[in-house]
Amino acid sequence: MAVDVGAPYATRVRQALADDGMRTALDRATGHLKERRDRAMAEIDERRLRDEAGAVRRYAIERLPDLLEQLEANLIANGCHVHWARDAAEAVGVVLEIAREHEVGDVVKSKSMVTEEIGLNEALERSGIDVVETDLGEFIVQLAGESPSHILAPVIHKRVEDIAEIFRIRLNTPRTTSPAALCAAARRELRNEFLVADMGISGCNFAIAETGTICVITNEGNGRMVTSLPRVYVAIAGIEKVVRSAEDAVLLWQAATRNATGQNVSVYFSMSSGPRRRGDTDGPEEMHVILLDNGRSRILERGYADAALCIRCGACIDICPVYREIGGHAYGRTPYSGPIGAVLTPLLDYDIHAARDLPFASSLCGACRDVCPVKIDLPRLLLDLRSVVVERGASPVGERAAIRAYSTVMRRPAPYRALARLAGWLGPLAGLLPPLSTWKRDRGLPRFAARRFGALWRERVRDEEGAAG
Amino acid sequence: MTDNSTTRPRVALFVTCMVDTLQPGVGTAAAELLERHGVDVIFPEKQTCCGQPAYNAGYRKDAQVMARHFVDVFWPLVDEGSIDAIVAPSGSCVAMVKLQYPILFEATDEGYHWRAIQLGEVTYELTQYLVDFLGVLDTGAEFSGKIAYHPCCHLLRELRIDTQPRRLLAAMRDAEIVDLQGADECCGFGGLFALKNAEISTAMGRRKAHNLVASGAELVVMNDVSCMTHLNGILEHEGHSCRAVHIADLLNRRSESDGG
Repeated sequence: MAVDVGAPYATRVRQALADDGMRTALDRATGHLKERRDRAMAEIDERRLRDEAGAVRRYAIERLPDLLEQLEANLIANGCHVHWARDAAEAVGVVLEIAREHEVGDVVKSKSMVTEEIGLNEALERSGIDVVETDLGEFIVQLAGESPSHILAPVIHKRVEDIAEIFRIRLNTPRTTSPAALCAAARRELRNEFLVADMGISGCNFAIAETGTICVITNEGNGRMVTSLPRVYVAIAGIEKVVRSAEDAVLLWQAATRNATGQNVSVYFSMSSGPRRRGDTDGPEEMHVILLDNGRSRILERGYADAALCIRCGACIDICPVYREIGGHAYGRTPYSGPIGAVLTPLLDYDIHAARDLPFASSLCGACRDVCPVKIDLPRLLLDLRSVVVERGASPVGERAAIRAYSTVMRRPAPYRALARLAGWLGPLAGLLPPLSTWKRDRGLPRFAARRFGALWRERVRDEEGAAG
Repeated sequence: MTDNSTTRPRVALFVTCMVDTLQPGVGTAAAELLERHGVDVIFPEKQTCCGQPAYNAGYRKDAQVMARHFVDVFWPLVDEGSIDAIVAPSGSCVAMVKLQYPILFEATDEGYHWRAIQLGEVTYELTQYLVDFLGVLDTGAEFSGKIAYHPCCHLLRELRIDTQPRRLLAAMRDAEIVDLQGADECCGFGGLFALKNAEISTAMGRRKAHNLVASGAELVVMNDVSCMTHLNGILEHEGHSCRAVHIADLLNRRSESDGG
């Protein structure tokens, strides 16, 4: 049973935990990715890469307004059209307007989480435009009528057996679980789409301010086709994607791919600096860049600048023991899952209530902080967001009352001792009361000691004094 | 006796509320280990809870109430010079005091902020104190059987304490330390996470239990009673014979012939 991303959090989690096929797929894939990452990191000075990548990102975020202006000027000088979009609706509106102007009927896309964030595919389809995802994983997700469950590996939640079944139903592919045969089937399907498409749409990994260049990381080469084959190319970049120089972009490219897949660098790194110039043999006739805010300025204003450092490598997701159990769809209608998703989703959303459960979907084990290539202190951000949820009154009423009662008892020794005595006296009966009733559903019940340590200690001191006297 | 009493380190035991109410034997073991290695141990009786459950759940005001109480109990002892250190048989509660108290009081209370930082500087986890400050390499403990070590998350990734407990375990006589797959992965406890996200928490716990069974360990040793209680609940519920024990209990285990 698949996870319904529109269902409430508790339902999504229950559905995810009940999906054994998905959990097998997640186990295999996250384990594999972690191994590859470990191997790639052992080859280099990881600390140095993290220091440098972190510094490069911090520099960019600290000088964001200046770098964005420089980026805009250089993009325009390169012959690009630059559009600023405050929110999802504005960004979608710009794309639709460009499509209308150029009478676009077919769009090919390179995998882009920012377009998922703004719901671009649905909007284009509503306007009668055919949209085809060209990243293999994203293509499969589209065939299945689902959404990506991982920023890098959109179909990580499916086993190869499941994918074969989708191909059989949707593409009439003969039954096979050979990845090579499935890839070949997808390639045949996609090749034609590239040739007929009027417009290519990509996201953006890095936007280089000094040169006015949009960089897209891919392993399949589909990014290059999307950015160069169709007449019109539209890149959508969150404003935090800007970096100072080509050198910085290349450093981050290495940091991203080593952490994402364990490769030294990805197979392709497509850099687009404007439309086709006279004498060029290929390239789009027009290139548009949409610089999207959609809550990003607010992230900075609210003191969560660290969250804007993210280079979307997915290392925190692959190592997260919570993500491994529930997968990306349990995080809801958001392309961002895992620890970084639990931070970004509530921050990008205006309404804290909508994503109030996500900051709590972590055991705060800290594994994510240790792998982050730009050293984002994810547990700290999750803790900060939890306190925001509580301050805004969005935490459950019963929980508030219980915590208040707990802190009232714990602020003085006498009530604390009385409660401890009561728990010891109740023994296993304490398990009938919340919160232990929740605890014991799948766990043996802890037993409160008949006599607490404090009482034992007092007795010991008395005995010693007795012996001494 | 009077002569060397002036040079003996004086430690206040911060026993933690979970040890106090659930596993008092761990507190006793911690006190005995410290005393056996030349420490004068006192137990400030007014201590309750450090406030971590409220803090991690986002209730900073409630956490502050408890953190203030902690500071009020321990600070005078440090200030008047009657103790040299605060030691707890827990990585998580020590991380709360050392790393989160300063954040908790940062913008709200200058006096407590300053005192919390001072307290944090003299607060240690038990095995850290034994190894790094007392120079203990062997507690003389013995256990005949297979044990696995589970590094608790806050101990490992907040306090960066790992070699100390492993070293003490390696010195134990007769004990065979087995490899545990995914040893440094979270057991799923996570404080209130264990209740708020009970199903994810127990799924993580079952994975740990599965790895423990595969390791062949009879005991899994750890430095936090919280994770231990969660894991024992899982192991018991799943019908496995392996049990989680606190490292203080194990390190304090001596053969009968030693005479205790």
